[in-house]
Amino acid sequence: MKKKKLDLFDICNYIFMLLILFITIYPLYFTVIASISDPKAVATGEVVWWPVGFTLDSYKQVLEYKPIWTGYANTILYTVFGTLFNLFLTIPAAYTLSKKYLPGKKVLMGFFMITMYFSGGMVPTYLLVKNLGLVNSRWALIILGGISIYNLIVTKTFFSTSISESLYEAARIDGAGEIRTFLSIALPLAKPIIAVMLLYYAVAHWNDYFTALLYVNDKDLVPLQTVLREVLIQNQSALDPENMQRTMSEGELIDSAKRVYTAYAMKYSMVFIASAPLLAIYPFIQKYFVKGVMIGAVKE
Amino acid sequence: MLKKMKKYWQLYLLVVPAVIYVLIFSYGPMYGIIIAFEDFSPRRGYLGSEWVGLEHFIRFLTYPDFWKLIKNTLSLSLYSLLTFPCAIILALLINEIKNTKFKKVVQMVTYAPHFLSIVVMCSLVILMVGRDGPLGHLYTMFTGESENLLTIPSFFSSIYVWSGVWQSTGWGTIIYLAALSGISPDLIEAAEIDGANRLQIIRHVNIPGIMPTIVIMFIMSVGGILSVGFEKIFLLQNDLNLGVSSVISTYTYQIGLIGGQFSYSTAIGLFNNIVNIIMLFLANTVLKKISGTGLF
Repeated sequence: MKKKKLDLFDICNYIFMLLILFITIYPLYFTVIASISDPKAVATGEVVWWPVGFTLDSYKQVLEYKPIWTGYANTILYTVFGTLFNLFLTIPAAYTLSKKYLPGKKVLMGFFMITMYFSGGMVPTYLLVKNLGLVNSRWALIILGGISIYNLIVTKTFFSTSISESLYEAARIDGAGEIRTFLSIALPLAKPIIAVMLLYYAVAHWNDYFTALLYVNDKDLVPLQTVLREVLIQNQSALDPENMQRTMSEGELIDSAKRVYTAYAMKYSMVFIASAPLLAIYPFIQKYFVKGVMIGAVKE
Repeated sequence: MLKKMKKYWQLYLLVVPAVIYVLIFSYGPMYGIIIAFEDFSPRRGYLGSEWVGLEHFIRFLTYPDFWKLIKNTLSLSLYSLLTFPCAIILALLINEIKNTKFKKVVQMVTYAPHFLSIVVMCSLVILMVGRDGPLGHLYTMFTGESENLLTIPSFFSSIYVWSGVWQSTGWGTIIYLAALSGISPDLIEAAEIDGANRLQIIRHVNIPGIMPTIVIMFIMSVGGILSVGFEKIFLLQNDLNLGVSSVISTYTYQIGLIGGQFSYSTAIGLFNNIVNIIMLFLANTVLKKISGTGLF
């Protein structure tokens, strides 16, 4: 197609897109500038477009806050081992399900698909996990959420649409068993989907707070998201200046007001610290995620 | 058949770990649902507890706040459903961007919020709409009052829904953009020759072209109508907005895991699940009749 001139439609569209970009970026941008501004300036609304009264105090405080680091370490542990477990369950199963000639394939698919629409619910699951002795153990955060049926289907679709059955023939003629064929032929060809699944599962583990909310409350075991929730969300009312005023004398007040402001600024820096790693690598891994959605959209 | 199955035993072996896992962690809790029909006590076990039939369901249906829970759940999910076209509109407009570089930037930026965790997302919301946040200041500018917007009940649903739009609209465009790229350029060219302008092409070529995708996505959204995300609502809840923010799932959590009324909350969860399945089937049947496309 030749390059066309911009018409009125294009101009409106570009303006609209710039607006969308602004709306998407601004909350994140504001978090960053608020985190390096004087907390008082943030509170009075002076900070709008750029930092006011530059300070890194809030970062210093966050870095000194121990639970964050325990949380970070735990999350890395859960993400690495949890994801490995996910892949171990998902990839071989998807390979088998991609075999159209497999007797009983429909039954197997049904067995997995039902769980997408129907589940035991929060309490029966909790009781099961409790009976298995997984409550308050690291295992809960590694094992639970072991397989996503949606991911299983995406991987299965990849195997059945992207790898031609004829590639397996040669191995079969050589007398290799199905497992050998899977390991030596299918797996190397499945690298793209393994990358996609690895990232899908890893992000899910990294961002998960729900599992820990239900099953783990030991301070040494909780993941980063739980620590974040405690500081960012649960402390809301405790940090509310009005609440503090009621319970304190005037002398304490000035001191505590300062603390409150810093604590407030800490929230901004904490949001930044928590989301920075993912957003930093995001541009490089984005295409894998998009690929996952695309494969999922293919209907057999 | 058996002989054939024996031939493929290695293939079955590959699927065994996943089957065992799902059997334990998905079907196990399904078995646990029986406690919805009994007065479960952990000491007496699943089969030893006393049977009470539908008592817990009746208790829930006659619970004074039952309609409040249903109303809150439905209004949040219907409000969310109203924003369903956002991703379609954005996809159609992104599709019209001629400059490939700018297009890539728009996609990259709008996909990004999808990756924020729910905790970070809710913290962002709380910071934005708090007294000291930009939206809080905006509110002060217009009304002269300083208020944490999350404590104003009438704002809760809008904050919940539009923050969701902020986070997931960009990501939601991927599937429509894929469908749009599948529309044959010949069709568009033919329409251009016939003198159609850009908006007419979007209306008469692009939208019909992605209709099957739209229908599928719509059915899936309707299927989740009673399952508004527990995690987000739970994090945005506070004492002052509880009147509009308590939904079925947060009630289940409160009653079951905090209150320890295992049987009662299991019954509520089951009720919720069944309504969802009915909605999914209804949506599927109706839309299949109208458009010819369906999920199953």
